[in-house]
Amino acid sequence: MQTKRVTFGGYGVPALLVAPQLAVTLVFFIWPASQALYQSVLQQDPFGLKTEFVGLANFRRVLADPAYLDSFAITAVFSLVVAAIALGVALLLAAMADWVIRGATAYTTLLIWPYAVAPAIAGVLWWFLFHPTIGIFAYVLSRFGIAWNHLLDARQAFLLIVIAAAWKQVSYNFVFFLAGLQSIPRSLIEAAAIDGAGPVRRFRTIILPLIGPTTFFLLVVNIVYAFFDTFGIVHATTGGGPGTATTILVYKVFRDGFEALDLGGSAVQSVVLMAVVVALTLVQFRFIERRVHY
Amino acid sequence: MWIRRFAAGVAAVLAAVITTPAGAVTEIQWWHAMGGALGQKLEKIANDFNASQADYKVVPVYKGSYPEAMTAAIAAFRARQNPTLLQVFEVGTATMMAARGAVYPVYELMKNENEPFDPKAFLPAVTGYYTDTNGNMLSFPFNSSTPILYYNKDAFRKAGLDPNAPPRTWADVESAVKKLQAGGTTCGLTNEWPSWVLVENFSAFHNIPIGTKSNGFGGLDTELKINNPLVEKEIAMLADWQKTKLYDYGGRTDKAQPKFFSGECGISLGSSAARANILANGKFDLGYGMLPYFADVKGAPQNSIIGGATLWVLKGRPAAEYKGVAKFFTFLSRPETQAWWHQNTGYLPITLAAYELSRSQGFYDKNPGTDTAIKQITLNPPTENSKGLRFGSFVQIRDVIEEELEQAFAGKKTAKEALDAAVKRGNDLLRAFEKANM
Repeated sequence: MQTKRVTFGGYGVPALLVAPQLAVTLVFFIWPASQALYQSVLQQDPFGLKTEFVGLANFRRVLADPAYLDSFAITAVFSLVVAAIALGVALLLAAMADWVIRGATAYTTLLIWPYAVAPAIAGVLWWFLFHPTIGIFAYVLSRFGIAWNHLLDARQAFLLIVIAAAWKQVSYNFVFFLAGLQSIPRSLIEAAAIDGAGPVRRFRTIILPLIGPTTFFLLVVNIVYAFFDTFGIVHATTGGGPGTATTILVYKVFRDGFEALDLGGSAVQSVVLMAVVVALTLVQFRFIERRVHY
Repeated sequence: MWIRRFAAGVAAVLAAVITTPAGAVTEIQWWHAMGGALGQKLEKIANDFNASQADYKVVPVYKGSYPEAMTAAIAAFRARQNPTLLQVFEVGTATMMAARGAVYPVYELMKNENEPFDPKAFLPAVTGYYTDTNGNMLSFPFNSSTPILYYNKDAFRKAGLDPNAPPRTWADVESAVKKLQAGGTTCGLTNEWPSWVLVENFSAFHNIPIGTKSNGFGGLDTELKINNPLVEKEIAMLADWQKTKLYDYGGRTDKAQPKFFSGECGISLGSSAARANILANGKFDLGYGMLPYFADVKGAPQNSIIGGATLWVLKGRPAAEYKGVAKFFTFLSRPETQAWWHQNTGYLPITLAAYELSRSQGFYDKNPGTDTAIKQITLNPPTENSKGLRFGSFVQIRDVIEEELEQAFAGKKTAKEALDAAVKRGNDLLRAFEKANM
């Protein structure tokens, strides 16, 4: 590090510079998170008239609930599938957009559009398309002899929320992948081509490793997205049903807290969810990042 | 949890802005859950009251769905910024009753403010649902509905069925749905609000208990009883019909409505308050009937039970506002107000006087079928099985029941397995509620 280093004298200026960020984190993360922690050890009626400290009783109750463990499994599968589909499709589209020369901007813009759609709107949109009675996709599928009824068919309901959730995230991933692909020097690819490497080989041995950091970043973001931001999609399409087939963790937090008014139980679930995401992110940085070359 | 706090904060700011004193008029915040056309009707009632006197102004605020309005008010109460008046749906009743420190019972309010109030003026099926064990009314009935049978007369004609004879028993329904399907209708029967229609009202109509302790009215140590042979018979039958679409499950809440008004299904069991919507969307001749029953069950048909909402008065507001609320309730009790609301919304007339008034005005002659709901709910004097239900955490229990019904209709569980599971899971929730409210 023999380059020029700019240092600050004292702590005043740096503190001032990070203060806004710290304030935002404090107000929008640390404070509510601590409230959730506090609520999770209380047994309280909805109106807050009677409050009793119950220690870890809420945790024991929630963690022993088979419905909760079910929801855990559903969420794990959901996140992985959504991340895989969103990343895969986005990479494919980005690779193709990178090839196109004429009209590239138009394609790119169109592909980015869905990201601007709010989750609840996306949910309603797909709900309409797949509605067993009035949905056009359901109609087309019935022409092929497939009876689409996500109101009763758990697998179809799951597929529906996966499609809706992944569709929205594809655009986001697409932007990053496209930028990643465009930053790869043409000369590298051309050299490989001269050496006789076909498109698939070039993609596997040159492009993929070079966009590794982007992929890794997107993987983290996608998992967090599937865990937290998909509430609106579930709420607008399946409402967690049929049965509990699409009740992902974040939806269960909402339902138990806001509909059933079980504040302690809902707070426990938020705390667990928070711990899971922290743990997942740590694992990803600790183990997967090692295999990524910047 | 922060969302709750944040919402409460926003509510507080809004309330502060809205309730800035304007002259000597006392403003009364009324949070409700009536959107769209119903919301406009509700606002008209508030405006009429405001125009009828100069001391009080009722300000209706639309707060979203029933659970959303209730959650918002609870959050506001915790932040000491609650509205005076809150519309709560029927299944939230037990939660509100348990919150003794937060609600101002209506019978006390009316007594303290010297306003006339006679619970006997209301339909027994309505009062039964909202009184405590001593017969005192804790909340003010506002909008009540009950499920009835709707059928597509055009589809009936096409299938060679008598369009003026709605099916009365489940055996009638069975032969009707088979003929409907043979006559080209895709599905025979569907229904809204699965738990309310197929379990709660089905039980009341057959005079069998939904739970012990008089359906929960007798105490918090109640247990569900819905895994009985009769409910099992009904669910098993529907699950069997589901395979060939004689019955087709249409989802929770009122999501099944399009199935009926698109003509896909020939018969629908739905809320009496859905009438306006069905008339607006269905392009066919609409028929009305009572809920079907099993003819071999002694005591059936009994009477159906209500859904809908009541108005609860929350504590913690200035004394003057309570005086205004009492006056507003007296205004709402007037037969003219009640009859107008009933005739324009499809909700039941909740006082006998409003029913008589509507009849003398010729409303039922001009709108045949609109009295089906009233006839059905007053078919017999309510028994302890048919006066309603009062279970804690019932919002959640309804979800549980509907989740299990879905498993049965999807063929993943037998009717018995599904109902047993619903009872077990429901009872766990009842025990938790009992523990929290002892």
